[in-house]
Amino acid sequence: MSATAADFYRDEFARVDAWLPGRRLPWLRRARESALAYFADTGFPTLRQEEWKYTNVAMIEKSRFALAAPDRDGVTAEQIDGWSLPGMLRLVFVNGHYRPSLSSVGDLPGGVTLTGLAEQLERAPERVEALMGTVPAAYASGFAALNAAFMTDGAYVEFADGAVLDAPVELLFISTGPDLAMHTRNLVVAGAGSRISLIEHHVAAGEGAYFSNAVTGIVVGHDAEVVHHKLQQESRKAFHIAAVQADLQGGGRFTSRSFALGGGLVRVDIGVGLNAERAACTLDGLYMIDGRQHVDHHTRIDHARPLCTSRELYKGVLAGASRAVFNGKVIVHADAQHSDAYQANRNLLLSDNAEVDSKPQLEIYADDVKCSHGATVGQLDPEQVFYLRSRGVDDASARALLTFAFAEEVVERVDIEPLRALLETLLMGQLPERVKELL
Amino acid sequence: MSSTLKLDELISQDYKHGFYTEVETDSVPRGLSEDVIRQISAKKGEPDFMLEWRLAAYRHWLTMSEPHWATVHHPPIDYQDISYYAAPKSRKDGPQSLDDVDPELRRTYEKLGVPLEERALLAGVAVDAVFDSVSVATTFKEKLAGLGIVFCSFSEAVREYPELVRQYLGSVVPYTDNFFASLNSAVFSDGSFCYIPPGVRCPMELSTYFRINARNTGQFERTLIIADKGAYVSYLEGCTAPMRDENQLHAAVVELIALEDAQIKYATVQNWYPGDKEGRGGIYNFVTKRGDCRGDNSKISWTQVETGSAITWKYPSVILQGDNAVGEFYSVALTNHYQQADTGTKMVHLGKNTRSTILSKGISAGHGQNAYRGLVKVAKSAVGARNYSQCDSLLLGDRCGAHTFPYIEVKNPTARVEHEASTSRIGEDQLFYCQSRGIAPEDAVSMIVNGFCKEVFKELPMEFAVEAQKLLGVSLEGSIG
Repeated sequence: MSATAADFYRDEFARVDAWLPGRRLPWLRRARESALAYFADTGFPTLRQEEWKYTNVAMIEKSRFALAAPDRDGVTAEQIDGWSLPGMLRLVFVNGHYRPSLSSVGDLPGGVTLTGLAEQLERAPERVEALMGTVPAAYASGFAALNAAFMTDGAYVEFADGAVLDAPVELLFISTGPDLAMHTRNLVVAGAGSRISLIEHHVAAGEGAYFSNAVTGIVVGHDAEVVHHKLQQESRKAFHIAAVQADLQGGGRFTSRSFALGGGLVRVDIGVGLNAERAACTLDGLYMIDGRQHVDHHTRIDHARPLCTSRELYKGVLAGASRAVFNGKVIVHADAQHSDAYQANRNLLLSDNAEVDSKPQLEIYADDVKCSHGATVGQLDPEQVFYLRSRGVDDASARALLTFAFAEEVVERVDIEPLRALLETLLMGQLPERVKELL
Repeated sequence: MSSTLKLDELISQDYKHGFYTEVETDSVPRGLSEDVIRQISAKKGEPDFMLEWRLAAYRHWLTMSEPHWATVHHPPIDYQDISYYAAPKSRKDGPQSLDDVDPELRRTYEKLGVPLEERALLAGVAVDAVFDSVSVATTFKEKLAGLGIVFCSFSEAVREYPELVRQYLGSVVPYTDNFFASLNSAVFSDGSFCYIPPGVRCPMELSTYFRINARNTGQFERTLIIADKGAYVSYLEGCTAPMRDENQLHAAVVELIALEDAQIKYATVQNWYPGDKEGRGGIYNFVTKRGDCRGDNSKISWTQVETGSAITWKYPSVILQGDNAVGEFYSVALTNHYQQADTGTKMVHLGKNTRSTILSKGISAGHGQNAYRGLVKVAKSAVGARNYSQCDSLLLGDRCGAHTFPYIEVKNPTARVEHEASTSRIGEDQLFYCQSRGIAPEDAVSMIVNGFCKEVFKELPMEFAVEAQKLLGVSLEGSIG
């Protein structure tokens, strides 16, 4: 990387050091400093790295995003109502800082902790240290290192053994201005037999270019279940980088559904460690983009122990000059017998200038396994279009209808009613008016 | 493996082509430098343009570093510890006919079952046998020459048809292409050259046996096949190598060019020495194979059966330039003991309505690691391109691995690209089904493995299909328990 970017982030660290949370915690300080040193060494990923060969982040490297201070924003409760989903508990983050006054957590039952990470660092630093105290020898990328160095806040969600909430929890992340950097860290811990349903929701209050860099760590205990929805509606100029890592214990279940609709340059890494017998995960995703949007999903599922199951379905609809990247890695480790993995990536290209790069990937080191994957790229089936046209539906509507049906396969899996309704509204928004009468 | 062959027999079988022929060889000293390249070129009496090309390749190679992205592992290769040229001594006098060929060589071919002399006639195969880098015998030459077909050793082509060589050499795999292709371009010893004139259908299957013989001699073969407008040729390449302990580097380059309406079928059975049961020794087979469908309606088809080599690293590819061009890739790759294979294909769609089919079958046994790595690229210009890929893996034993790395890059909305991959092992229920019908478990396994590969074998010419089945059986020895 250019020395200037490393210098910039070093200066930036010196500037914001005074108000970063957990200043007095030596372990956190060490973690931040070693992450910053790591970043100074490696810098941002480049196209020469296999994991980044289709996604160029030079624009992020060239830009100078300033870490947003906790005070200045001016987001109002009315605005929150416009973005948020009804009927949920809510943690609101503005420019990477938890805003209790805008959040609605209510009275929580015993064993449930819902708060900001900075607050939890004050309240129970040992617990946070136990969860994230170790400094990794290497980071997945320069982005992960930057996040570790600059992390300001994020959601802290912990459910004790057997804890269950009736309502899902919405984590609403709002970005207000251009040229800001947000490095958020979410921690989710599901005790044995507990059940957590989360919606990570990113919205923009303006149209500017900003840099959102979120890392989410999820621990799924024995026979616990975590459902993680991610709805990304960033500004069309925004850089959105996100990494989710879920580690499952025996019998644990993890579901991730990633809906990428906004953002200019988007990269999402989702990793799942099936670390004990009978753990299971489902990863679904939908990217629906146009203009010059670039959306990259990298998923990695590690079948580390026997008898685990994974299911994955990622679908993409590409219009304009957009570009989508999908890389789905499934690794069945030695002795992980009776692993069952299925993965599919389906892409619909709607325009001459759109591009898709798909790379499903299987690495298998055990023999008694059932693994398969499939990937397709194509356009709408002319016979289906013809079928609709022969019944009096005009060409544009027929295509819109089929496109809607293609995307709906992922949307209909969402079991949180208000979220599904919002997604359908958003999908419809991209269709011609007359199609809505047909549906 | 024929189903009557008993498994015990298989397990006890040794590598049956493991022998060593005592032939005096004329080698250049180990090591690589511009002097060595000048020496090779001089020994072969090459024209200047050839030497210049070699030197350019060498100078480029010096700027490159060995690639490490493949999922294969091996100790570092010392390129200065390889002898880059070995020619059988008998070559000096230039054998005028088969009778002039060293009887030791002839016996070698007999052991290998190369159909020379009358047997060649019966089998209908013309053999340009490459023995330690220099072609020593060419048959059916007159018959082919009558049709205007040029089929000769590469050295001969450089001398006799320099214009053809100059026009096409490096036009598919340039000397800057990759580390091993550059190395090959600098030091290639010999290989086969084939030119089919417009409208000619080659009346027989052309075949070459490559063989590594002299100790410590890396083989750097170069093959160039050109099918002019409307021509057709089917080419067979078979490899066997004698048993030895040291790892040997084999970095071949194959270039195929199909002009308008032309068709090339290229089939390989690769059975280089795979190393012993502990993974010692064996050939490193780092090959660049690429076909260029340069004209409209042209077709190139690769079929390979890879059972040998300690490491196989090759991606026979097709560049579909012409409209309506067709590319095909059929592969069976088997890894046993500590063998590693990283193989697959690249289909680059440039022309309109180009079509490609990929069918890859990987079989892993013992500690074998088998990876399919493929690229399907549809450029913006490739309106109506169509690809279908299927990659299946069969695992025998719990210490082996099967991996799939398909890259799909699509820039045209009218393209249809489909990729499917599956992994399985031989199911208890399948074995039970066979046993309940009186089929011994060993025979059942062999039936299932052969059934698994059937779609690929049917693409091979008859004689090759039989040989391929046998090879599969031999290579699986000791792995089914």
